[in-house]
Amino acid sequence: MAHGPAMRRPPSLWRKLDATARWAFPGALLVFGLVVLGMPFGMPGQAELRPVFAMACVYFWSLYRPASLPALLTAAAGLLLDLLGLTPLGLWAALLLLLQWVTIALRRRLVPAKFLFTWGLFTAFAALVSFLAWAGQSLLYASLLPLWPTALETLFAAGLYPGLAALLIRAHRGPAAVELT
Amino acid sequence: MIRLSVPFRQALSRLTFPVMLVVSLGFILIGRADQGFSDRLRAELDDVLAPAYMLVSGPIQAAEHGTGAIGHLFTLSAENTELRAENARLLQWQEVAMALEAQNNALKASMNYVPPATPTYSTGEVVADLGGVYARSVLVLVPPANGNPQSLVGAVAMDGRGVAGRVVEAGGRSARVLLITDLNSRVPVALGADGAPALMTGTNGPNPALLYWAPGQPPAEGAMVLTNSQGGAFPPGLPVGVVHYDAQNDPVVLPLANLDALRLLRLFSYPDNLPVLTPIPHTKPAATHSRKR
Repeated sequence: MAHGPAMRRPPSLWRKLDATARWAFPGALLVFGLVVLGMPFGMPGQAELRPVFAMACVYFWSLYRPASLPALLTAAAGLLLDLLGLTPLGLWAALLLLLQWVTIALRRRLVPAKFLFTWGLFTAFAALVSFLAWAGQSLLYASLLPLWPTALETLFAAGLYPGLAALLIRAHRGPAAVELT
Repeated sequence: MIRLSVPFRQALSRLTFPVMLVVSLGFILIGRADQGFSDRLRAELDDVLAPAYMLVSGPIQAAEHGTGAIGHLFTLSAENTELRAENARLLQWQEVAMALEAQNNALKASMNYVPPATPTYSTGEVVADLGGVYARSVLVLVPPANGNPQSLVGAVAMDGRGVAGRVVEAGGRSARVLLITDLNSRVPVALGADGAPALMTGTNGPNPALLYWAPGQPPAEGAMVLTNSQGGAFPPGLPVGVVHYDAQNDPVVLPLANLDALRLLRLFSYPDNLPVLTPIPHTKPAATHSRKR
């Protein structure tokens, strides 16, 4: 670390910008992805895809870089998801926070685990969280909502996590990597 | 950056989770207590995002219209014969319609019929299909409303063929239309020629269900479904769909409107037909004013 006066100089503006951009990447990607997935592509199942994307991002970043996804940002993303997805305001915010909390609590065991295990656990979490979303919405609407979107979300979670994780790992190592200075 | 002591920072980071969780639960409570709160937030967000949706939906629609231009060449002659046959059939229907219109006018004249007030309408392009997991709605770009965007709330949205839904929120340049297939949609309808009343309720599926028809008078398969003015939310006689019995032998409505691919919607504002109990956002400010005075 202490190799000379060059390292001890206060970081330049560009350096600070770079560090900030790297720090902000996970949150920005989450919000940007939610907005893009809200766009009218006319894909079937697009509505179910949005919460799955949010869950995958929160799970991945909480696992590998919790500092970049503070609780405030998770709550904000959840509120955005509620506003875009017509769910009761605050429901997904609470659910994403719960997911993040559980993930961070299990972090020490999960980070060294095999990918297959983290994938399976994410699928289980996604099933649980989407079931909770169904239960919460049924409760708030005071009517029994159909359960098939929960199953679809679980399927999406199982199918899409490896691909998304591959992209996020690449980002985690490349453009969003934290500089070790 | 504010410098904080390490134990204080740790305590703070431990506190953020419960605090944010409580805040989210508080949002749920606020949303329960005041439905308008989340609606207003949504309308504002929709207004901000509408231009972005427009940018994306434009090319997609262009691609939908443009692709297949070469494919059409091969089916051109088959399509032409089909269209000629259909044209002949439609001309026959036109004659029937003209005869019926003449008869209708004669009957109206003999009954001293007073026509209902003509609604004002605006046409809007559908820019986003904003269905949630348990919701069916579309976002429509509307011309900047003269003065009060809230006057659009409650307007009946129709595509070329039938009722598609009602406007539930309106902002400066966009309005959200709750489709008749949404779980929260309830439309009073009249069935068949004698106008038997029933309620059409959205199920989140493609075809809304029919409830509360008169016992002993089940809706007939193929009967026309029109809106009913009961409750005052809809004007009478707008075409909605056709009765059909599904696999479980429950009556459902096959909507006339092409709800999967809505492109343009006309929003009809019927100013005076909202029921007494409907919360009318655009009259709220006036009410509070009068109370203050």
